[in-house]
Amino acid sequence: MSRLPVKKTYKLYIGGEFPRSESGRTYEAEGANVARGSRKDLRDAVRAARGAFPKWSGMTAYNRGQVVYRIAEMLESRRAEFADLSSGAEEVDRSIDRLVWYAGWADKLAQVLGSSNPVAGPYFNFTVPEPTGVVGILAPEEPPLAGLVSRLAPAMIGGNTTVVAASETHPLAAVELAEVLATSDVPGGVVNLLTGHREELAPWLAGHMDVNALDLAGADGQVEELERLAAENVKRVVRGAADDQSPWEIASFLELKTVWHPIGV
Amino acid sequence: MSELERKRDRAPVPAAWEYAPAPEARDLVQLRERYGLFVGSEWLEPAENYTTIDPSSEEPLAEVGQATREEVDQAVGAAREAFDGGWSAISPAERAKYLFRIARILQERSREFAVLESLNGGKPIRESRDVDLPLSAAHFFYYAGWADKLEYAFPNRKPRPIGVAGQIVPWNFPLLMLSWKIAPALAAGNTVVLKPAETTPLSALLFADVLRQAELPPGVVNIVTGDGRTGAALVEHPDVDKIAFTGSTEVGKSIQRELAGTKKHLTLELGGKAANVIFDDAALDQAVEGIVNGIYFNQGHVCCAGSRLLVQESIYEPLVGKLKRRLATLRVGDPLDKNTDVGAINSRQQLDKITELVASGEEEGAEIYQPPCRLPEKGYWFVPTVFTNVAQSYRIAQEEIFGPVLSVLTFRTPDEAVEKANNTPYGLSAGVWTEKGSRILAMAQKLRAGVIWANTYNRFDPASPFGGYKESGFGREGGRHGLEPYLEFE
Repeated sequence: MSRLPVKKTYKLYIGGEFPRSESGRTYEAEGANVARGSRKDLRDAVRAARGAFPKWSGMTAYNRGQVVYRIAEMLESRRAEFADLSSGAEEVDRSIDRLVWYAGWADKLAQVLGSSNPVAGPYFNFTVPEPTGVVGILAPEEPPLAGLVSRLAPAMIGGNTTVVAASETHPLAAVELAEVLATSDVPGGVVNLLTGHREELAPWLAGHMDVNALDLAGADGQVEELERLAAENVKRVVRGAADDQSPWEIASFLELKTVWHPIGV
Repeated sequence: MSELERKRDRAPVPAAWEYAPAPEARDLVQLRERYGLFVGSEWLEPAENYTTIDPSSEEPLAEVGQATREEVDQAVGAAREAFDGGWSAISPAERAKYLFRIARILQERSREFAVLESLNGGKPIRESRDVDLPLSAAHFFYYAGWADKLEYAFPNRKPRPIGVAGQIVPWNFPLLMLSWKIAPALAAGNTVVLKPAETTPLSALLFADVLRQAELPPGVVNIVTGDGRTGAALVEHPDVDKIAFTGSTEVGKSIQRELAGTKKHLTLELGGKAANVIFDDAALDQAVEGIVNGIYFNQGHVCCAGSRLLVQESIYEPLVGKLKRRLATLRVGDPLDKNTDVGAINSRQQLDKITELVASGEEEGAEIYQPPCRLPEKGYWFVPTVFTNVAQSYRIAQEEIFGPVLSVLTFRTPDEAVEKANNTPYGLSAGVWTEKGSRILAMAQKLRAGVIWANTYNRFDPASPFGGYKESGFGREGGRHGLEPYLEFE
């Protein structure tokens, strides 16, 4: 007699936990019932992200790099599952390698992006990059896994915490990735993943007053409205590349701080 | 005796100090009766005019253009033509030499500019002479050197100019903000349409004469004067590739909204409500000077002004005592007098705003202190003011006043100082005063602001990037980082 497989319930990922949508709603995608996140879920996710920010941004860069590397390790061990949820093994390998590439950036950013500045006065003046804060990400619809990883990794590695609206048509890779994150030493709240209808989530993410930056990689046709909403608290708006890697993708989510330290005996 | 007068009388005031007047020669500046719009190196006769005044006397100084949409269009056309017609093709080394020339001419004519800046803006000549002008020239000199070294600033990125930059500058540092905008834009190879602030157009118009002397090709820099309507026309113009704005957060947000959905590049340098944090081990007399420089410099018309003083409780009494005594020695009056510390408020509108916010402070329960001070009868003036007993929720602790008004709050632990300092939607700057170097760096890490001054305040340098976190804007001006907003990359 053949065994009946145990099917997974696809849920949200907020503050390191896997709740259903508070709205009790789901929608069907890729043959599964997926949580249909609400405005309230989104606000909860922003709160979790804000709460996680001091710890994640305060970690040493070395440590943050190791955590992101750990995500790659966990992903590697689940290659087969992710191949089924994405365009295939090649996409999974690309995503893993991309995580490794970004992991290595953590403790180089200040050296590449910062400077010491020769001011005309008795000051040691230096500029260092710092994370912007809470970043809202509209993940690209495709590729399901590499698109999400390409947007998440640069925001994370710089020390930001994130609220991600997953691909609406291919959400399963995102939910699966949440399980990877939950077992990768990523502190709860650093990444919060919402599935659901883009049009129900995006405007609230764009207009939220406690979100500091907005990645519109997956915005389709709503860019103008979302950018207008983002202006309400002067968000940094990034139209990120859906499937690419670059240190400038990290820099988009960084602030530059300049310190004047006195010199004297 | 009113309540206010009683409080003033309680102040520990030094005996009146007499100074002989020390006026700077006003005739260094030859004003024209009317100024046109500077478009394609020609003076365009404007369709509409308005009168610009001296805020310290309310006397008219000159008629200037209120540039219309059509005139802005002409200026953008001239900038486009210059960009396509040669400026971006001139060798970077030659571009650098134009900028070096501008820096030198500004140095040569610095006193003339300083007098004009004080006349039209109300700021003390001591500041326009010693701060605005030297820094303006230094800014051009600094960016001149970058013009032919961009590939070294951005290795592997193939930098290229964006095109036509529309730049809108504020009235608090008219020429300096012009320099912060124009120098990096030209160094990167862009052309410019600049709009000075409505109340302070004259130094920008005199700068046109510097461009003539430097023989800058026509159309590379165009200057259109006018109010917010002129600025809006520039922001909305479809052939402008980049907008750089310095001014209020409110206007900055409206510009960001306006540009939503477009491909225009944008940088914003907006308001602030900076905390100036004084620890109990700070050198108090030095700190008092820093506090005064932090909030009364340029009448407090400074986006990065240290408008919230956070004092460690254990030194609250002696520090506030010293501060009040120091306040009584500030000389408020004629901006062209070399002894003046605090000049005129820039405009009637700004004076009304300061007055309204100060009234709200008293209403909400803060305790006001103003030193005895005789103000001139004409012009716009405000007595340097300190509020104590301020709660974080008061408007004077939340809103940018942009005037000579300080709100004093207290803290016990470094963590509390950080929490209070960061409790604002702004994030432009902050100050830290302590003799402990490790504490300076620890505080600098935790304060969410773009510029941190330790044991100093309101210090600027062309090599030092400047700009905000959060609602204080995005993008940096100054340093290598200040080039980036004027470049595109592959």
